[in-house]
Amino acid sequence: MVKLIAQVLIALIVLGMVTGIAAIMLLFLGQDWEDALFWILASVMIIAALLVVGMRDIIRCGLAMIVCFGSLAGIYVLMGAPLIGAAQVIVYIGAISVLILFAIMLTQTKDAPSRLVFQTQAGPAAVASVVVAILIALAVTATDWGALPARAIAGANAVATELFTDWVLPFEVVSVLLLAAVIGGVFLAKREPGGPS
Amino acid sequence: MSNSLDAYLVLSGLLFAIGSFGFLARRNAISMLMSIELMLNGVNLSIVAFGAFIPGLGVQGSVIALMVMAVAAAEATVGLAIVIAIYRNKKTPLVDEYDAMKR
Repeated sequence: MVKLIAQVLIALIVLGMVTGIAAIMLLFLGQDWEDALFWILASVMIIAALLVVGMRDIIRCGLAMIVCFGSLAGIYVLMGAPLIGAAQVIVYIGAISVLILFAIMLTQTKDAPSRLVFQTQAGPAAVASVVVAILIALAVTATDWGALPARAIAGANAVATELFTDWVLPFEVVSVLLLAAVIGGVFLAKREPGGPS
Repeated sequence: MSNSLDAYLVLSGLLFAIGSFGFLARRNAISMLMSIELMLNGVNLSIVAFGAFIPGLGVQGSVIALMVMAVAAAEATVGLAIVIAIYRNKKTPLVDEYDAMKR
């Protein structure tokens, strides 16, 4: 019980810090709502992603992944792609997260050793991913993107027109791919009559 | 800040790096699949950012992102089915116990 209250307190403190920073930015640094929202969503997303790769309990990892996808949907909406945000909520939060949670339920047994979460190569992997992040950040900030205009809103009408005129062949191919994936998934996960239980 | 391409691209790079760390470091097969989903989301974020900020791209960024989402859904389906099939044979979700091709 004390542990639960402590966890709730920690979550509230983190949330208060994030919103406090955003409020300070909004009120005193003269920034606008979009910047504050961007900072809140980005920090929630990065914290949730770190929890996904770092926590020991895999079910909590799955739930943190839902938080990460949700804040990413918010970032899509903020960026001017509301249709992608809606698709993110439907596909990732609604379908893929549920699929992953079901797979966790099917494969985690009580006697599976849950204390050994990381491989022995976790240290070099951490170094490599930090190097990747720094390289990407350097490359992005060093590139001159030219004079960028104000960003365009990709509304549902424009996206649908583009999707069903120029991109109609990839659209159909993707539908065949999804059918093949569904049949392949059923075939792979099917229990054979004489096979192992 | 929210109106610059750099911020979104750095954010997507961070997400990709976190996902790659999880893929390399976790032992559980489903954790590795979750890390792959994180990496795909990072790539998707960069694609949508390019589509929103580069004027010649127009709405094609959104269309490509939708395609990536569909392919990611197919990948998650088949990947989780493979993990469940292996789990049925080996009785463990840890990838370093899967040594059938080493022997």
